[in-house]
Amino acid sequence: MLKCDMVTRMCAKYFAVHPDMNLFQSVTSALDNTLASDPTAVIFGEDVAFGGVFRCTVGLRDKYGKDRVFNTPLCEQGIVGFGIGAAVAGATAIAEIQFADYIYPAFDQIVNEAAKYRYRSGNLFDCGNLTIRAPWGCVGHGSLYHSQSPEAFFAHCPGIKVVIPRGPVQCKGLLLSCIADQNPCIFFEPKILYRAAVEQVPTEAYTIPLSQAEVIQEGSDVTLVAWGTQIHVLREVANMAQEKLGVSCELIDLQTILPWDTETVCKSVAKTGRLLISHEAPITGGFAAEISSTVQEQCFLNLEAPIARVCGYDTPFPHIFEPFYIPDKWKCFDAIKKLISY
Amino acid sequence: HTFDFQSDGNILDMSFSANEGASLVVASRSYADFTPEATFDIKKVDLHRLEEGPPLTSTLTREEGLKYYRTMQTIRRMELKADQLYKQKIIRGFCHLYDGQEACAVGIEGGITLSDHLITAYRAHGYTLTRGGTVREIMAELTGRRGGIAKGKGGSMHMYTKNFYGGNGIVGAQVPLGAGVALACKYLGNDQLCVSLYGDGAANQGQIFETYNMSSLWKLPIIFICENNQYAMGTSVERSAASTEYYKRGDYIPGIRVDGMDVLCVREATKFAAAHCRSGKGPILMELQTYRYHGHSMSDPGVSYRTREEIQEVRSKSDPISMLKDRMLSNNMASIEELKEIDIAVRKEIEDAAQFATTDPEPPLDDLCSHIFANDQPFEVRGATPWTKLTSTS
Repeated sequence: MLKCDMVTRMCAKYFAVHPDMNLFQSVTSALDNTLASDPTAVIFGEDVAFGGVFRCTVGLRDKYGKDRVFNTPLCEQGIVGFGIGAAVAGATAIAEIQFADYIYPAFDQIVNEAAKYRYRSGNLFDCGNLTIRAPWGCVGHGSLYHSQSPEAFFAHCPGIKVVIPRGPVQCKGLLLSCIADQNPCIFFEPKILYRAAVEQVPTEAYTIPLSQAEVIQEGSDVTLVAWGTQIHVLREVANMAQEKLGVSCELIDLQTILPWDTETVCKSVAKTGRLLISHEAPITGGFAAEISSTVQEQCFLNLEAPIARVCGYDTPFPHIFEPFYIPDKWKCFDAIKKLISY
Repeated sequence: HTFDFQSDGNILDMSFSANEGASLVVASRSYADFTPEATFDIKKVDLHRLEEGPPLTSTLTREEGLKYYRTMQTIRRMELKADQLYKQKIIRGFCHLYDGQEACAVGIEGGITLSDHLITAYRAHGYTLTRGGTVREIMAELTGRRGGIAKGKGGSMHMYTKNFYGGNGIVGAQVPLGAGVALACKYLGNDQLCVSLYGDGAANQGQIFETYNMSSLWKLPIIFICENNQYAMGTSVERSAASTEYYKRGDYIPGIRVDGMDVLCVREATKFAAAHCRSGKGPILMELQTYRYHGHSMSDPGVSYRTREEIQEVRSKSDPISMLKDRMLSNNMASIEELKEIDIAVRKEIEDAAQFATTDPEPPLDDLCSHIFANDQPFEVRGATPWTKLTSTS
């Protein structure tokens, strides 16, 4: 009998439920796990009650009640300020900003209040229970105010963590890590992947460590670094480089922007000698600049070619010109060719 | 007396030619049968911190009536055409339609002049037209072509014209800007004012209250207008506002609440508000109770948070264009055929504009980098990689 039980349990563990989930469903799953296990967890933001404009919170209000999943009026500064207060008082506060483009009224609250709370109170108070989620990045038709990638603004702020997943499995794990993390976290979700990315995601809770970059594909000639949607672009570019140029690329997903995993990236560049970093945000002052600067400090003598950055133009995110603006696979491929032939 | 008509059929420009003789008569019909003007009772407005409000009657002349009718009909048809083009994927991106709210834009313009200033949020196509834009430029901007009013670079939410500061995407951010414009008017002493519009959702943004304070303190000539169409995207006013009396939210600022579906109500209220500002008394707040037939944007069907019956009821009982039409017809201010002719002319104008908007070429690639900064010399803009550069011209 005992043996049967053991076998059953082993089977159950191996055949645990891992249904297909897209990115917004993986967010819902993470939030569901959180509300179930943490009685102090609350979710709030614009339109979250009916399920959210991207359906990330569908069903949660019915399941957990209207005092745990509720709408706020249209006031980003108020939402984040309120979230900080709730977090300081002990609630696990999960605030949603409807689009990352709208986060700027809350910039003061994030940078001046949330990030510095622990520091200025000498560890007496903190708002580590706060997590802010926002849809991020280009979507094909978003234009100036529904396409922005503001991670660089927040990377410049000690005291908060900034995290960006590349797919449903990472999304759930990283979001649960952010919620558990004892520091205020900003979690940007690539909106173009909400429906487009589908993976088998465990229904039970799990975490993926923060500040750890992931080497998705090993290679020996060029290191490629990106985060979010751009990982999928670079994956294709790596295949193109292998087929057409015989170049072996090592692809790294940074995952956490702040504090970022310098060790993994530098170790890779020490091996390959060449680095390409790519992001949608404008090139000047974008996060690639920080990575580039650190890597040249640490790996100067390993470098075979100048570090390449393939990013968005130094313009506002355009309306009709989007296909020309984004750092697509051809621009990245071209950059690899230049790296190799330097 | 005889009336001249310009040969392009524009009946809005009529000059009285009593002294010029019969040789100038080109009309084949005499319009002397129609009532030249009539006075209508309009709804009383609700007042906040005001002893008196706008008058309870409004006098409408035939010309004004035909002008308002044509403009409202143009806005209505233009928005419906935009709906059609969006569904055909010729217009992409975000598109927030104004049909149902025409009386607001037209009534406001009837109470101010083109030398006054106006700023609003993203539901801006109607205002772009009343402020002097053409249907062609508006539709070409929606389709992102070089003939668009913002050269194709802005799209639906970013349309501008003289003394019209947009067209703004970030909710509530346009209101402090309006106060700045009003300050400039006061500073320059030009007797102009600024109309600063926002919606019922935006009414909860902090910067609006900051603006109330600054404009009251400095007695700026600003008319705050809250276009309350009952829903902030999908959230009804009861669910998002502790106080739905938006005209009182300015607290120390006097306020009036107006029927926004009646173009005459809106016009009289705007005239009253403009007089208040121009007399140096400082800001005033108007709440226009109105309704949009479409959803928040083209991605919102508009029926998940309100019933079709509700929309239908507003359409049948309070439609602004029908209301004006009924008034004019029942007072013999125009004939049904005349209004039909206007409808046909409007339809043609929209068709021509849509044709232009679908065939005009897109802006050249150089425009991607133009007008980032003001510059005398063209300068280089970093492209996707540090070594690819585009040139920015201004």
